[in-house]
Amino acid sequence: MQSLIEKYVGKLVEQGVCKAEEPLMGSIDADLVWNKRTSENKVLERVIDGLNINSILLSKPSEPYASIINFLITNLNGCDVIYPQDCETRTFLHDIPVVDDLNSEMIITALKVRKAAIIPGYGIVTYGTVSPEQTFITFSSVCFACYVKFFTDYYRDIKNACNTKRQDEIYRNAIDIYSKFIKNFILPKLYNGPFESSERVMEAMVQAGKLVVDLRMVDSFFGNISYKYGDVVYISQTTSSLDELSGCIDPCPLDNSTCSALTASSELTAHKAMLCGEDDKLAVLHGHPKFSVILSMLCDDHESCELSDNCHIKCSKERFINDVPIVPGEVGTGKHGLCNTLPPAINGRRGTIVYGHGLFTLGKKDFVDAFENLLDIEKMCMNEYKQMVE
Amino acid sequence: MYGWTGKVLHIDATKRKYEIESLPLSVYKKYIGGKGLSGYYLKDHVSAEYDSYEMPLIFFTGPLNNTISPTSGRMTIMSRSPLTGTVGDASVGGKLGNQIKKAGYDGIIVSGKSSSLIGIRISEAGVEFVDAALLKGATVSEMNLKLSKIGANAVIGPAAENGVMFSNIMVDGHFSAGRNGLGLIMAAKQIKYIYVIGNDATTEVFDKNKLKEGREEVLRLVSASPALMGDLGISNFGTGALYDLMDSRRMMPTDNFRATSYRDAKRMNAWNYDNLYDYKKKGCSGCHIQCKKVGKNSVIMPEFETMSHFSALLENRSIETVVDANVICNDMGMDTISAAVTLGCYKEISNKKLTPEDILLLLNDIAMSTGEGRELKLGSCRYAAIKSVPYASMTVKKMELPGYDPRGAYGMALAYATSTRGACHLRAYPISHEILRKPVVTDRFSFSGKARIIKISEDVFAAVDSLVACKFIFFAASLEEYAKIFYGVTGIKTSGQELMKCGERIYYNERIMNAKNGFAAIDDDLPERFFIEAGSHGEGICVPPLSREDFLEAKANYYKIRGLDDNAQPKKKKMEELGLV
Repeated sequence: MQSLIEKYVGKLVEQGVCKAEEPLMGSIDADLVWNKRTSENKVLERVIDGLNINSILLSKPSEPYASIINFLITNLNGCDVIYPQDCETRTFLHDIPVVDDLNSEMIITALKVRKAAIIPGYGIVTYGTVSPEQTFITFSSVCFACYVKFFTDYYRDIKNACNTKRQDEIYRNAIDIYSKFIKNFILPKLYNGPFESSERVMEAMVQAGKLVVDLRMVDSFFGNISYKYGDVVYISQTTSSLDELSGCIDPCPLDNSTCSALTASSELTAHKAMLCGEDDKLAVLHGHPKFSVILSMLCDDHESCELSDNCHIKCSKERFINDVPIVPGEVGTGKHGLCNTLPPAINGRRGTIVYGHGLFTLGKKDFVDAFENLLDIEKMCMNEYKQMVE
Repeated sequence: MYGWTGKVLHIDATKRKYEIESLPLSVYKKYIGGKGLSGYYLKDHVSAEYDSYEMPLIFFTGPLNNTISPTSGRMTIMSRSPLTGTVGDASVGGKLGNQIKKAGYDGIIVSGKSSSLIGIRISEAGVEFVDAALLKGATVSEMNLKLSKIGANAVIGPAAENGVMFSNIMVDGHFSAGRNGLGLIMAAKQIKYIYVIGNDATTEVFDKNKLKEGREEVLRLVSASPALMGDLGISNFGTGALYDLMDSRRMMPTDNFRATSYRDAKRMNAWNYDNLYDYKKKGCSGCHIQCKKVGKNSVIMPEFETMSHFSALLENRSIETVVDANVICNDMGMDTISAAVTLGCYKEISNKKLTPEDILLLLNDIAMSTGEGRELKLGSCRYAAIKSVPYASMTVKKMELPGYDPRGAYGMALAYATSTRGACHLRAYPISHEILRKPVVTDRFSFSGKARIIKISEDVFAAVDSLVACKFIFFAASLEEYAKIFYGVTGIKTSGQELMKCGERIYYNERIMNAKNGFAAIDDDLPERFFIEAGSHGEGICVPPLSREDFLEAKANYYKIRGLDDNAQPKKKKMEELGLV
């Protein structure tokens, strides 16, 4: 348990959502273990006693998330929850409650119904039922969801000329942090394809997956990656960490002659369709770059549109950010699944954004161009956003 | 009262009378329904012999039955298991749960014993007792043909009448209430069938919009689940989708658990069944996953456990034999897992290679209690004891192990041992995180953290079986979403954690019942083979024997977390905390 705690505390810091000294993480089997002792341990111990869980995390997020979350919770307009509209919130978080204080009873009440809560002055508290990994995932998802909400709200407020100075400051600081991070990132050289063995395919996927995470093109580690080699699609497993793909790639024969890949990503159907399209592409990358997601959710017709409660599944407009289409679609299969909307839209394009969810890009023979497309589209989206609000 | 009907039907098979009990809301709040309320009614009688007048046979639905809540068509059947002597329950699909609700009841409790073979017909109007002497020996499919398809039925086949310790109650022809020998209870009461027909009404719901919201949240998560709705998922391939995965993870029980990988697995997988039988989807009432598969000529396709055990465990290479074995077990009304593992035990002890013909003949012998079937019908544990080779019996508390070798998933190992009904994979279903990576992956070759995870999962699934819903949907959704559905249906505000607390009470109640019948820590154990023999190494996967020391430490941790003493006995303080004194 101790090693898992250390691993996921480390990941919170590597992902840039916490400073090293902030996370307080505990995990319990028969006995409770912590990464450190602070004045908050006692309160969290009572929370663990009051819930049927196996791990807990309390941490202040780092900048710009801390300022963003503080802003959101001081502008709740009478609500006691934050309600972002991105895909992860819709699917997994539902909403994010805010509790008044670091009080075990209040925290228990909030966590009985939701996976995470925000405590003003203390940060985000969340739990896991099978692994401390869940605390890392939820913490990161809350940061991402709040980031997206802040920027979509800010655009609306700019448009309505009701933005505040505080919003302007947070916006500038967040853009500055993100721009600098991308600018200073030294891109490693990726393997060139086409690859000539399944071993090489997997090595290339491991390398590209890690780069997507290192460049923070995903929240937590979500996203997926695939490569077509002969009649087999190699794809990352569901809930696998893109930065730890070794041993977590499923080979899926195109004829479905084995179900060994039952653990493959929920987007397998969409990946197969993209890789078997007219484009003759071999690689797919999928991440959740922030500004691609944010821009996909900005629509000037939103208030007058009768489908505005269901943009994520029913938007019927042809939408683009320059040459990149935006399509509706939910995770996985089903009648509203992105497997129905994404493959036809990405045909002949360098990438496609799924509303409120993330960006898919293609590579002709390897992940080099797929990754370049991912990064270029995200930079384009950030620049577009800046032009829209400045 | 919303969600529940508030009525429980008590049937006395001896006197052929019935009465209706009105159950207060406080009891529903405490035990929910399904498994929970079944345990509530069994507790006071659990020390009676299974074939006594006193022993009840309990059928219970939950508040979500007969609503639009996803996968809410299931129900629980419970009594004391003839096979194990423990609490004996089964979650079963089909239409029976919804028909019981439509007839105006939350549950049916049958006690007493009829003096001759009867059928019981239940409707809103009341209960009718029908002579069934001429139906003695009728198979499940024959019974299903005789009974109207408008309602739902629960029947026993020849296996139960002939004393097979692992005989099932079969619902609507092919949904098994299996694993515990519940069919034997019904046979002891001389009840050949129970037929239930309700009206067209749906369960009265408190807030339809909230229920709909909750339903949509669950459906969204299900769509995102590769294991359920993906190209290779259960919706497309049935539970047989797990077959390749178990073999590739080197945890497919092979040759009576003497190996964990089967050389012919690739030609015996779900894809090959589809090619041979061109199967279509079918499922329980109120389910959109439709995991049941029906092949050409209406032949029911075997579930994963049956596919695995009637191939790898017996080293059988014929798909047709697996399908035929499944048909025989269903038609005779006996549990496929226990039947196959008992044959595996026979194979090892007799040192015989079983041909397809041998397998099918022995199954018929078991069901009819003829030839070697007279001993094999007692199950693997009793059979191995008769032959003085107990080592060859792969059972926990006399119940045969399912198709997941515990050396390949240590949470599964602990869950088999701690399960209140014997070697059950469904009490905690750790395959979800150890293999299917949901909600996140855990290290399958480690006991670290598993004691608490198993306890939490047991609580969750006890609540799920009480609501009721299907366990498969929890590969994707959680009690967080079902709490909203529960509120929409009943109007009672709750949370995932509060439902889990009910689950804890329900599970602890089963621990109390087992303790009353003398079960203790020594019974929470695995067959010795798993601590001595390695599984099949290969493809970069090493499958060592389980460490006895690590297993015992995890078990001790489990007792501490579950609130039991070192000998697995309930503690008064915990009973008080859970309101079980």
